[in-house]
Amino acid sequence: MYIKAASNISPQNTFGNQPYLSELAEYTGEQLTCIEPEYKTLIDPKLIRRMSRIIKMGVATGMDCLHQAGINAPDAIITGTAYGCLADTNTFLSKMVQQNEDALSPTPFIQSTHNTISAQIALLLQCHQYNNTFVNGGASFENALLDAMMLLYEGTAANVLVGGIDEITANSHAILKRMGLYRRFPVSNFELLNIPGEGTMAGEGAAFFMLSQEASGNDWAKIEGVSSFYKPRSIAEIQQHINTFLLTRHIDINEIDLVITGNNGDLKNDTVYGQLQQYDFANIPAINYKALCGEYPTSSAFAMWLAAHEIKNGVCSFVPQSNQIPLKKVLIYNHYQNIHHSLILLSAC
Amino acid sequence: MDQPVFIAGLGVISAIGNTVAQNRLSLEQEKTGIAPIQYLDTEHRDEFPVGEVKLSNDELAGLSGFKRGISRTAMLSLIAAREALTDTGITNLAGLRTGFISANTVGGMDKTENFFRDFLSDNTKGRLRNVVNHECGAITNLVADQLGIRHYVGTISTACSSSANAIMYGARLIKNNMLDVVIAGGTDALTRFTLNGFNTLMILDKQPCQPFDANRRGLNLGEGAGYVVLVSKRIVSALKKELYCSLSGYHNTNDAYHQTASSPEGTGSLLAMEGALKKSGLQTADIGYINLHGTGTQNNDSSEGAAIGKLFAGYSPKMSSTKAFTGHTLGASGGIEAVFSALAVQRGLLYPNLRFEKQMEGFPFTPETRFSMQPEIKHVLSNSFGFGGNCSSLIFSKL
Repeated sequence: MYIKAASNISPQNTFGNQPYLSELAEYTGEQLTCIEPEYKTLIDPKLIRRMSRIIKMGVATGMDCLHQAGINAPDAIITGTAYGCLADTNTFLSKMVQQNEDALSPTPFIQSTHNTISAQIALLLQCHQYNNTFVNGGASFENALLDAMMLLYEGTAANVLVGGIDEITANSHAILKRMGLYRRFPVSNFELLNIPGEGTMAGEGAAFFMLSQEASGNDWAKIEGVSSFYKPRSIAEIQQHINTFLLTRHIDINEIDLVITGNNGDLKNDTVYGQLQQYDFANIPAINYKALCGEYPTSSAFAMWLAAHEIKNGVCSFVPQSNQIPLKKVLIYNHYQNIHHSLILLSAC
Repeated sequence: MDQPVFIAGLGVISAIGNTVAQNRLSLEQEKTGIAPIQYLDTEHRDEFPVGEVKLSNDELAGLSGFKRGISRTAMLSLIAAREALTDTGITNLAGLRTGFISANTVGGMDKTENFFRDFLSDNTKGRLRNVVNHECGAITNLVADQLGIRHYVGTISTACSSSANAIMYGARLIKNNMLDVVIAGGTDALTRFTLNGFNTLMILDKQPCQPFDANRRGLNLGEGAGYVVLVSKRIVSALKKELYCSLSGYHNTNDAYHQTASSPEGTGSLLAMEGALKKSGLQTADIGYINLHGTGTQNNDSSEGAAIGKLFAGYSPKMSSTKAFTGHTLGASGGIEAVFSALAVQRGLLYPNLRFEKQMEGFPFTPETRFSMQPEIKHVLSNSFGFGGNCSSLIFSKL
């Protein structure tokens, strides 16, 4: 299965043909916020006015991905989002409480539905094909990706648009902060992983991919597999999952050229990565990605974009020139709050 | 690769009963679950009848085994999912690749609503334990942990078609040889959020709803959970209990017409039904009973009716909407109606479309008005359509 195109709105300059690495965006404080493009060229301005931020980000990346792939009739549209349309949910919920269930407007309720982004893309394309939305916490994108891969494997679809999207709102951030997810003292995202402590920085993003069964000759990368596992009981169980994942794909761990891990700067959270880097991943160049996008449940979509981007470029931008080897196989390992863990393996075409 | 998928267990809780047996009895005795609001704490208490599960949160905690304070959505889910798993007679999941694919649309919103009362006036206030399970996926995790399922956990939310898509996804995980057993379906509790949301759309009936009736006025919201246990052919021989039926067809489409309204000609619904028939290799004439989406709104029933009228032209399929019993249970409806459909095809049960009086104009068929036994039913089609244009149809076939 091939990644024919990819589009990413994130806290970095990743959308369009931006040289995101030469101008890495620095954030100091509790969160990284998406750098949004000018939507007018991507979505009908009449529609933009009614869309909340997450809908705009999702629809824009989805449409941009289709545009890049030169496809206007995908065989399926699948999204993963842990929180769904938080801003609209918040608006309707707040008004309902404040106005004591009286005189409410339907618009935020209509747009609060979790499947709004998949639905809006289908509506814009007049696409009657398969349409699904997964809302499975830290494995929402992985569920969606597996669905997409099964559709391609089953032969019921040739081109599938799949994405992962989550947004930060003021209230969701205030609540998650109270739960102790974020740093209590301001830190720069550049330093987040270098100065481990308690808590991480919040992130958000929208990344879409056009997956195809057939190679186009101009693909970003190939997807070898995705696997998610739930609440592993020990590091040994995680190691076993990784081994089985590679074994069933007939890949030796030493064939992996780069591991991208989901370290987020929180000491407790990162213990797992530390242990794996000490043993299983010890001889493999490793990078992490949450200094770029922050921590959020569908951040693995950002990681997959990053992996595909690096493979497309042929070399890893984060590894010193002297250590460069051509990237053939890149493994992404992430977990979200030690609940959902996932592995995504990409290879060069 | 296209191995059959069987249904080996059923579990349901709804306004017409807390178990499969109780639901079946109410369907046979034509006893509706629609009643004035008794449990939901809302300003609209006396305005709209609903299909509530007739248990308080404390009673649900007792029945589910969850500690008090857990979202009603999770408690309903656990009760039905556990019944479904127990029903299979499988006592040991070790060695079986087992998945839990659960759909919902509200997550822990029932608790978040209470949290927001305090939080909005001061964002340092409100008990965090009331928002910690706000996410839809958190509800699935709570239940998966109680069931002891870790192999694969998934959550789907496609509005009112959510749990039909969960069943479809579960079946495909088996067909792709990734899992042996999947508990698939969905759950949703009544919340002020959904009641007020549907009220702003002006599609709630102030009387008990009349699906597919010319004089229909709208829908009654309901709540509950429904799950089927899907199993692969490989493990059937190890089961000690008779199977219910097979899941022979399914299809997911999008109407691509409007965020909340269905197209007048029912494009998405027609494509979903046609696709499910094609998948099952069946002809229109093979369908013995259609469990309609049939919400009771002007828009849904005329759109679904248009699609059925077109697809079944020249035939006289038997059909009914069981939402006149349960209310529209949103993310749970596909799961609850899958349970009803599996029973219908296994036992030859034909459910009535309660309160049906007058035929819809231009619709050539009349829904069933009385309960009857129809042993000749071989295949049952179940429809679930939702906001965002999501349309899914499932077909259950006699073994």
